[in-house]
Amino acid sequence: METPLKKVMIICAKGTIEDVYAALIMANGAVMEGIEAKMFFTFFGLDAITKKQMNKLHTATVGNPAMRMPGGLVFPSLLGVIPGVEAGVSAMMKKQMDALDIPPVDEFLDMITAGGGEIYACKLAADMFKLTIDDLSEHTKAIITVGELYAMSGGEGTQIIFV
Amino acid sequence: MADKIYAGKTVAVNAEGYMLDPSEWTKDIALEIAKETGIELTEKHFEVIEYLRKEQAAGTSLSIRKVGNSGIVDIKGLYQLFPGGPLKYSSKIAGIPKPASCI
Repeated sequence: METPLKKVMIICAKGTIEDVYAALIMANGAVMEGIEAKMFFTFFGLDAITKKQMNKLHTATVGNPAMRMPGGLVFPSLLGVIPGVEAGVSAMMKKQMDALDIPPVDEFLDMITAGGGEIYACKLAADMFKLTIDDLSEHTKAIITVGELYAMSGGEGTQIIFV
Repeated sequence: MADKIYAGKTVAVNAEGYMLDPSEWTKDIALEIAKETGIELTEKHFEVIEYLRKEQAAGTSLSIRKVGNSGIVDIKGLYQLFPGGPLKYSSKIAGIPKPASCI
């Protein structure tokens, strides 16, 4: 008999739109299924819970081989460095997500915490970026160490997912 | 596919227990499906269920965000009404197909 998944620990270490949303969608999907979810934001992932940055995430138009033009042609990296191009691409991604009922980051965190999900920030990364709990979104329960993260990760049917 | 007997009526359901024909649904059936899920239905539950049925019939793709914006209940309230499955349990009790939604 399979052990059902009971808890997911989702670590988000990157701050691009696609990485942050991958983590948020997995966490929200877990609480919707009755699975306990705790998120741990570290390094550039901290942007997703930093008040000043959270609703202004961007995507990489340079060095991203999966980036394509509308119509499917390869997106030349050189085009990505032109001022305004990245902003346009990011705005288009957000518009497409909105059409699919994918909320902005702050509202997504509302949804996850409404379902009992918990949001944590990494102490080392917060120290490195000189961020305190006051700089972080009110969804953030605490700034914790990696040891504290592992201490929360016990129990049968727990998985750690790194985004 | 299987048949279940709810409120004295034979109802066709899929392997997960979702009703195949929303038009067969009645409030008495809802009460019995809810009981199986461990939920005691209140007026508020029925408001959510009726909203889901109406939207599903209109072809809307359902999400907890839409329910949260419906003005009936916020998302936290929705989790309290249908613990452990705000969308899957509410849809099951509403007699509509399980929403194919990640949100």
